[in-house]
Amino acid sequence: MTKAAALLLAGSLALAACASDEEGGDTATGNGGASGDLKIGLAYDEAGRGDKSFNDSAYAGAEAAIDEFGGEVQEVSPNEDGSNRAELLSNLAEQGYNPVIAVGFAYDEVLGEVAPQFPDTVFAQVDGSNADGAKGDNVTGLVFAEEEGSFLAGVAAALKSETGQVGFVGGVESPLIEKFQAGFEAGARAAKPDIVINSQYISPAGDFSGFSDPAKGQIVAQSMFDAGADIVYHAAGGSGTGVFQAAAASGGRAIGVDSDQYQTVEDPALQAVIMTSMLKRVDNAVQAFISDYVDGNVEGATDVLNDLSTEGVGLSDSGGFITDIKGDLDQYRQQIVDGEIEVPTSL
Amino acid sequence: MSPILRRTGLALLGPVLAIVVALVISAGVIALIGENPLTALEVMLDLGDTPSQQTQSIVVILNRAVPLFLAGLAVSIAFRMGLFNIGVEGQYRLAAILAAAVGGAVALPGPLHVLVIVAVAVVVGAVWAGIVGVLKVTRGVSEVISSIMLNFIALGLASYLLTGPLRGSEEGASIVTTTPIPESGWFPGLNGLLTGLGLAEPRSQLYGFLLVAVVVGIAVAVLLKRTRFGFDLRASGLSPSAASASGVDARRMVLKTMLLSGAVAGLIGMPDLLGSTHVYGTQFTGGLGFLGIAVALLGRNSPVGIALAALLFAFLDRAALPLQFADIPSSVVTIIQGTIVLAVVIANEVARRLTLRSAERAGARPVAPGGGSAGATGRGNPPPSDDGPPDTTGDRTGVRQEVQR
Repeated sequence: MTKAAALLLAGSLALAACASDEEGGDTATGNGGASGDLKIGLAYDEAGRGDKSFNDSAYAGAEAAIDEFGGEVQEVSPNEDGSNRAELLSNLAEQGYNPVIAVGFAYDEVLGEVAPQFPDTVFAQVDGSNADGAKGDNVTGLVFAEEEGSFLAGVAAALKSETGQVGFVGGVESPLIEKFQAGFEAGARAAKPDIVINSQYISPAGDFSGFSDPAKGQIVAQSMFDAGADIVYHAAGGSGTGVFQAAAASGGRAIGVDSDQYQTVEDPALQAVIMTSMLKRVDNAVQAFISDYVDGNVEGATDVLNDLSTEGVGLSDSGGFITDIKGDLDQYRQQIVDGEIEVPTSL
Repeated sequence: MSPILRRTGLALLGPVLAIVVALVISAGVIALIGENPLTALEVMLDLGDTPSQQTQSIVVILNRAVPLFLAGLAVSIAFRMGLFNIGVEGQYRLAAILAAAVGGAVALPGPLHVLVIVAVAVVVGAVWAGIVGVLKVTRGVSEVISSIMLNFIALGLASYLLTGPLRGSEEGASIVTTTPIPESGWFPGLNGLLTGLGLAEPRSQLYGFLLVAVVVGIAVAVLLKRTRFGFDLRASGLSPSAASASGVDARRMVLKTMLLSGAVAGLIGMPDLLGSTHVYGTQFTGGLGFLGIAVALLGRNSPVGIALAALLFAFLDRAALPLQFADIPSSVVTIIQGTIVLAVVIANEVARRLTLRSAERAGARPVAPGGGSAGATGRGNPPPSDDGPPDTTGDRTGVRQEVQR
């Protein structure tokens, strides 16, 4: 239900966007050529637009770039089983969209196949590395140091926990989400060495339902709260709502992920439990990449790393729940930026 | 109208009715969100501007239809016998990962390598489905329950194998896969055939496994329609008590049917595995087993019908992308597919009742002395409802023709 509603909403937003694009398109037809309008292709990850997280953040970045440079954005989402990803990218490239931005690591394999077929198109992949150039010379990886942001989330959880027990809920068991877990656990232990950490995943590798199953998220988080945890951090995409619900039901607290979920969650009862969110500024990364593209500064076959030092990741302070430990957090942050603390990326 | 034509007409009535109802509902939804349903239809039917794009669209549709067809076929074999094999999903996923692992581990000359991979998939699918059969005949466990439960076990097992013993990708890679199958284990594509037909060269390869699917479809059709085994299977499906009274061993039939259904299910992952991915990984297409149930329902369990249903679903799937370019939400496709499935269940029931009634009316006509009373009893005690579209005998249809004239 909510998914359908979200899709309808996303659809109507796209329609609205389209209406305004047409005007822009008309004025631009005269220009053509190199100075022509920016045509950004945006291929989303499974959940698509309206996830209030990852994909929406990428769109916000493209939107901001358009505000700056003009042009239009064409959004496409894969079908439910993600089997048409290669088609999404090829069609965008074929229809002249440039740059084409793939959102999510799930595009790893297909990008390596599609990008070499369209050497004149500039590709970028959010959450996918192309430091070795294996995906082609025209692909740039936009990667994030999730472990660094998660480290701070771990510090915040440990310092704020009254029971000495915290939890981590991962969406799908995968190397990417394990980065969140590794950082969170390292941060919690750094702040409080005797902290008890309970980490669990909603679905096993290969089963992507864990990113869009709030009911299961709630069950997993509830078991943590019942076992004595009072703060749970989630890296579970759309399932996070369930984690918030479990926190609200148990009088506990939760830490959101990707975007400032205190702002996006809407339900005031859930808002009250969101202590902070681990921000992953996909919007900034996308906007910066497009701006680089416009300036002709995209090299390809490289990665752009977004970490604490570039404010690509960080903690939100909406609601003012963590203002009292801001000093501690800033200290850890500085130590990570200075390289005094090496945050692990895997367990 | 010839009796055969009439019967196919009635058989087609259900699905066609369902598709029409689904289209009307979807058109309503599209209109509700402020878009023109006709524009949407136009976009869906438009295969592309250049010849190369058009062939590409056809390739995309066919490549999607092949696994859907096999999935529908696997489900339908069990359906025919009155068994609801919901476990196709788990059967093909487990088959695909083990076949991929074996394919990646051995080095064999060309065709033999492919044969070994396919054989592993078929055996694994059959064994996994066989568990359902064994549980049913020995312990009386409902196949619906056990096959659903085995899905979870299969997916969990596949996930464990993938991240554990069968992991072939580097540690830390975002997408976890098995070891790639060497080129000798790839199934050649059919693009030569397409260009030979005078079509433009598409971007992707048309799966060579299409031919295998066609052969399997024909084999299953012959097996069900023209052999003793097929007769026993269908008889058990129509009336288990009548079948066992006439000497069919119901327990053996359950087991054999599940093995066969599972064997076909094992093939579902093969087109993708042998034709494009060459590995089983976390991105391997899932959910085909469940889609297969919808395809089998829409195709009314006949191989030809399933092929058409698979093509329709594949066509709709492809349309999801151009719709997005036309700024029409691609969920329209999901709505159409969902309403088709819902409508097909209702329409099949309506069509069944219509056939039943028309057969009864034909039967009610006095054919011979005593025929009238037979008709009366026919009306008094409606025939067993699981009879499906009844196979009216030749003289009865003859009567019906007379009535029509």
